[in-house]
Amino acid sequence: MVTQTAYLDIPWGIILILLPLVGAMFCFLFPRKVKVLGLITNIGITMSVFGLGWQLLEQGIYRHSVGGWGAPLGIELYADGLSMLMLTTTALVGFAISIYSTSYFNQTLAVRFWPIWLCLLAALNALFLSADIFNLYVTLELLGLSAVALTALTGSKEALTGAMRYLLATLLASLAYLFGVVLLYHSFGSVDLTVLAETIKASPAVWAAMGLMGTGLLLKTALFPLHFWLPPAHGSAPAPVSALLSALVVKASFYILIRLWFTLFEPLMDGDGVETLLGLLGSAAILWGSVQALRQSRLKLLIAYSTVAQIGYLFLIFPLATSVGSVAWNGVAYLIISHALAKSAMFLSAGNLLHYGGHDRIADLDRVVQRLPLTAAAFGLAGVSIMGLPPSGGFIGKWLLLEAALANSRWDLVAVIILGGLLAAAYVFKVIGHTFTQAPVTHEAKSVSASMEWAALLLAVGAILLGFLYVPILSILEISEIAITSGGGL
Amino acid sequence: MNWNNWIPLLVVISSLLPGLIIFSLAEDKVRTRVMLNLFGAFAKLALVGLMLWGVYQGYHYETRLPLLPNLDLVLRAGPLALLFVSLSTILWLVTTVYAIGYLEDSPHRSRFFGFFSLCVTATVGVALAGNLITFLVFYELLTLATYPLIVHRGTEEARLAGKTYLRYTVTGGALMLIGTVWLYSLTGTLEFTPRGILSNIGEQHYPALIIIFVMLIAGLGVKAALVPLHGWLPKAMIAPAPVSSLLHAVAVVKAGAFGIVRVVYDVFGVEFAAGLGVLTPLAWLAAFTILYGSLRALFQDDLKRRLAYSTISQVSYITLGVAIAGPIATIGGVVHLVHQGLMKITLFFCAGNLAETLGIHKISEMNGVGRRMPWTMAAFTIGAFGMIGAPPIAGFISKWYLGLGALNTGQSWVIVVLAGSSLFNAMYFLPILHRAWFMPSPESWPSEHHFGNKETAWALLLPPLVTAAMALAAGLLVTVPFSPLEWAKLISVREFYQP
Repeated sequence: MVTQTAYLDIPWGIILILLPLVGAMFCFLFPRKVKVLGLITNIGITMSVFGLGWQLLEQGIYRHSVGGWGAPLGIELYADGLSMLMLTTTALVGFAISIYSTSYFNQTLAVRFWPIWLCLLAALNALFLSADIFNLYVTLELLGLSAVALTALTGSKEALTGAMRYLLATLLASLAYLFGVVLLYHSFGSVDLTVLAETIKASPAVWAAMGLMGTGLLLKTALFPLHFWLPPAHGSAPAPVSALLSALVVKASFYILIRLWFTLFEPLMDGDGVETLLGLLGSAAILWGSVQALRQSRLKLLIAYSTVAQIGYLFLIFPLATSVGSVAWNGVAYLIISHALAKSAMFLSAGNLLHYGGHDRIADLDRVVQRLPLTAAAFGLAGVSIMGLPPSGGFIGKWLLLEAALANSRWDLVAVIILGGLLAAAYVFKVIGHTFTQAPVTHEAKSVSASMEWAALLLAVGAILLGFLYVPILSILEISEIAITSGGGL
Repeated sequence: MNWNNWIPLLVVISSLLPGLIIFSLAEDKVRTRVMLNLFGAFAKLALVGLMLWGVYQGYHYETRLPLLPNLDLVLRAGPLALLFVSLSTILWLVTTVYAIGYLEDSPHRSRFFGFFSLCVTATVGVALAGNLITFLVFYELLTLATYPLIVHRGTEEARLAGKTYLRYTVTGGALMLIGTVWLYSLTGTLEFTPRGILSNIGEQHYPALIIIFVMLIAGLGVKAALVPLHGWLPKAMIAPAPVSSLLHAVAVVKAGAFGIVRVVYDVFGVEFAAGLGVLTPLAWLAAFTILYGSLRALFQDDLKRRLAYSTISQVSYITLGVAIAGPIATIGGVVHLVHQGLMKITLFFCAGNLAETLGIHKISEMNGVGRRMPWTMAAFTIGAFGMIGAPPIAGFISKWYLGLGALNTGQSWVIVVLAGSSLFNAMYFLPILHRAWFMPSPESWPSEHHFGNKETAWALLLPPLVTAAMALAAGLLVTVPFSPLEWAKLISVREFYQP
């Protein structure tokens, strides 16, 4: 038995990064046991996240200097409320997707899938725990490469094309980001976010760095009009991979973006040009993505375009949030996690339908959907959250955004938020409508294992339950520099 | 822990939980499903009975759960809430019995009863909501829960009807959402309060408040089928008869009308709303809807469609009663919430019986049906006379109070509307009765089923008889305590015009 204090002393942050890497290594070594190894790793990750969460609640912001070397020289790990939420979301969504994947992939594909997925998990965890812009670059690169590898997993022509586009986009983006890092390091002699925040001053180099890093991250986040790579990649990847990409990977680059913006750049800004621009692009993404989703005839592409639209909502944080912890900030944080749950549930359901019926043409889904009531329920519940109807996490997020928009008298954004919701209802019900129509049996289908159906359903139920969890989530989110103003690390 | 604080939540859960379990039941588990349904319905009935007694004695029932910062999910059992909750609970029980008989051996019953229970859960939530956000949550849930019921038959026509329904309701819901957030940003509270929450608002916000009022009423008017937002209702007739019954008598349409009562009295406050000048247009709109619905009903040969247009007309009596803005008219409007429910559900049950037993869907096929199905048609006759407003059936009481209230506030034009509507009602109901009782029967019915020596199955026959008896009793026993009228007076005294 470990005593309570000992439990609090364990460096959970390090475990979160090393455990998946070790797991991945073991997967390479014992290809026959990948599923078991992968699942064990995921259980370990989930438990470590709860350990870290406990530490955070007991002791406030988490800082850990790897090897005892502090900020300017060594690598420092850092976790506040937002990181904690992202880590928890990653762990839970990742766990559900892992369970799904144990049944989804055959042995040949599983051997390829698990090590890469665990690498991706390590990259995500490291990213959410990083506090300096260079480490963020490293994790971003690892994340991008594992994501591309997963997209290309099946090796089909379609998948390879999608993966190629994705690869080019992500490499270009990382490169731009790296240039920005170099510029900042050159000007201020540090890559640590806390140090930079104190020393940074407006200069052409800073603006250039902001432009480069910003563009790179926007490309990775697939904000309209830089979303061109997302639908083919997310639409052609295997279902669990699409779920990972849409739910977690795009959020990671967005996470870096808001970290950089609110710590480094926002305090330097005079006007609100950047905010306006990002708000406009976000609005455009909402409308364009939703309309495109509505026009798709294939389910996975519909869901992928829906991601483009939902990412647009996140960018409303720039015109609406004045600081960390404001209403719009909380709203966006809420949208990030509810979208992660709902969208992964949607992709997993789509995977079930595709697996069962052999196709994902929406117009011909009738019979397939009716044979899989749990999957239909999962898609429907996830849809409720995506539409932003109560009771769901999506509703809470949108309510907070609306509240912020009204407080700022931004009627244009109110209109966009509402219109996006209506369009989302249109494309979600375009699919759901077929759940109830009668259709003749056309051919014998492959069965879908219970774990695949339940994984999707549990994620969707999670998205609904988020609608009732505002208080605990807010209390975690409140653990930030604002709340606890005690100086830096060691 | 105070148990009284959990009873409202239990009332909601008493149908939610059975519903969720029913979803997971296999299709052939008929007995379990019936038991769950009835258990839920009786549990709810017992809880509501307890609260009725308690509120009469002056107890306070309120559940509060955190939902958003400074906004709670509030379920509160005031007199008005209980009126609607009792109606839903009693009619849910009756309709469940009817649906069990009606859907015997048809496919997808677990799905049907699951959503049916969710639908009642949402309605009860709407009724008990103690603030506007809670109301909104359950109001949207109601949209989602009724959609699967409307498209239940799975035909292309049903799918399209569902699509129309969603177009109207989701858009209405979005308008309501904007209105609600906007209101919240002005007032900082959404709590339902006697005489409203707006007394401290500065005059510079009045134009905004008028727009908010319009948005909220538009969102509610969609479900309450105020013209021109009524287009979905006749199409939704494609749903199975128990659904139509519940939709028209309790769930959707009433949720809209009930919401209008809430917004006018407990959000804006009736004096404040009258001062804003928004009630007179609302009264005119309601009056127009009453006449328009009746007029359209005249020209329908399909029985269910005629009843649908009749609903459009009748539900606006509630809105009218509210918009007239006087204590007596309010009693009329609020009591009509119950009266219309009892009468209309009877009529729909009967229409369902005709369709199930004899295959009759059109009025022109109803010749002499009274002799083939005397009990069903007797219930129908009571419902029809009630709609026309003939004493001593419940509908008369509503119209009496509406008319009296209008005269009291000096709006005598309402009398003309009431008289005109009653005339139309008579014109579209009496010919049906004439056909059914006095015309000779045809040699054969379109599609006849036999049920031994009874006119139809018990589960189909009992519900309309019970509801017809209740409609009659609500008119005859008006002065008995706990009669709908007495309760409406209690509401008026305690909630709306409390000193």
